[in-house]
Amino acid sequence: LQLDFWLAPRGLGHPVDIRVPFPSLQPLKAHLEANGISYSIMIEDVQTLVDHEQMEMLRGRRGLPISTNTFDYATYHSLDEIYAFMDLLVAENPNLVSKLEIGRSTENRPLYVLKFSNGGTNRPAIWIDTGIHSREWVTQASGVWFAKKIVQDHENKEGVASILDKMDIFLEIVTNPDGFVFTQTKNRMWRKTRSKHSGSICIGVDPNRNWDAGFGGPGASGNPCSETYHGPYANSEPEVKSIVDFVKGHGNIKAFISIHSYSQLLLYPYGYTTTPVPDQKELHEISEKAVAALSSLYGTKYKYGSIITTIYQASGGTIDWTYNQGIKYSFTFELRDTGRYGFLLPAKQIVPTAQETWLALKVIMQHALDHPY
Amino acid sequence: AAMELPLSHSLASRAAALATGYLCYRRGSPGRGLALRSLRRARRQDINDVGHKYYLELELEDVLDKDSTVNCTAEVLYHLGNKNIAPDVQFTLEGELKNTDEADNIFYNRIKSPEKELVAENIPDSHGNVPPEMEPIRLLAWVASGYVIWQNSTENTKFQLAQIKHVKQVKRSDEYLEFDYMILLHDMVSQEIIPWKMTVLWHPQHGVQVTQDSRQPKHASG
Repeated sequence: LQLDFWLAPRGLGHPVDIRVPFPSLQPLKAHLEANGISYSIMIEDVQTLVDHEQMEMLRGRRGLPISTNTFDYATYHSLDEIYAFMDLLVAENPNLVSKLEIGRSTENRPLYVLKFSNGGTNRPAIWIDTGIHSREWVTQASGVWFAKKIVQDHENKEGVASILDKMDIFLEIVTNPDGFVFTQTKNRMWRKTRSKHSGSICIGVDPNRNWDAGFGGPGASGNPCSETYHGPYANSEPEVKSIVDFVKGHGNIKAFISIHSYSQLLLYPYGYTTTPVPDQKELHEISEKAVAALSSLYGTKYKYGSIITTIYQASGGTIDWTYNQGIKYSFTFELRDTGRYGFLLPAKQIVPTAQETWLALKVIMQHALDHPY
Repeated sequence: AAMELPLSHSLASRAAALATGYLCYRRGSPGRGLALRSLRRARRQDINDVGHKYYLELELEDVLDKDSTVNCTAEVLYHLGNKNIAPDVQFTLEGELKNTDEADNIFYNRIKSPEKELVAENIPDSHGNVPPEMEPIRLLAWVASGYVIWQNSTENTKFQLAQIKHVKQVKRSDEYLEFDYMILLHDMVSQEIIPWKMTVLWHPQHGVQVTQDSRQPKHASG
């Protein structure tokens, strides 16, 4: 019968575990039943388990990456893997990429920004952040892809290479590392930071309600247990304060793009008020072009408009603050999808999402380059 | 008089999501899930002392076959004041939906007489994976969540099924299949993740029914 004992016979009254080749199943069952020996099935199909384990092992999530060329962009990575990726990218491209620590999170994790610069001093710059809401995993994953893409374009003297001749790009890939780690260890649906503010058992502040633009007004919650809790005061969250300090200190940021998921939207200010921004017409036109570019790749449909009319009223939001600081080209993306998978977007959609989004980002960056102010 | 709404307007999106959820509940099965492909037109009317009515033209797609689409007109009435009445939804499908009898029957026979009742969790998993044999279980939840979404929607909510946390088949002596689901709903407007328990009945000839459902408390620390 070629029975393979995984728990060998020890004596009367002790159970045995047996792996049974398929052709021997019926004869064995008949034999056991005829002799009044009870049995239960622990594993229906060992091959399935073996196949699955093989697949897991090949998935490239064992150990840290060795080069950004062998890095698997089509899977979700841990915080350590992403931070290792950043160091690799810098090491491989020391003349283009540097890593800045702009602060520390509540749980004391470093907040890293990659700077892509061809030279110059304090050139006008573009800021892109991903992962401010930790459960929006396609955004951090896209950020990793963007970082590599910038380097590749520069090497091949195409795409954003011409932009890098005149402007710097700043990219914060994991804007909320505490939240990100929490989504990997405890709760995949965690959105906020992990700060504790006195007087509540609930943890976390919505980092996209914590900015000093209409702070505390309608469109955010004062309840610490809410997903849109604005926090005790503007910039209470180090994840937010560090960006505020950076932007003010730099003083020459010309475009600011904050990336979220999901809904497939391109949004411009305001979220906290229905009053249109003075540059509404221009931002609307840029959005139209950017969305058309995005769509051209895989046909993915996006809608666009101001935050308040397109999605909902939201106060204390990132791009409302950056716009009010004078950064005219302030945009927010909501990436794939529209709800079929929502936050749980299958990994195989990471690269297509990043590719199409990049086309839209290039439209915005090019416009900022062509329209200095 | 009904006012035309821009297609990107949040109120139009919410009404369209609600109509789609309701439609999916009425027409869906483990072999057929319907999702919104695009909103073609939206108009809104304020009806004094009654509520707000939306007139929608939608294009829906079959979740398992993206090339299979159907156009639909729908009317959604959100009632004024009393938040405990579900919105009224009426719809007309233009054309036929794909026949799913074969897929439904295969699933039905596979599940109806198991040696052990089916149990599963986290569908999709954190990485968005759904094992192929779980796809009908997932679609059934998608369809059934349409009922819960319909019953609990207002102009200030936009619900989607975020994940199945847990599903357990319940043995039945009659011909129906029964499942106890614990699902997570995501409300786009409040951004809350709401756990919800629902008991779902299904039979190929009798459609999907939600016989019990109840909102569950959220955990404080996450």
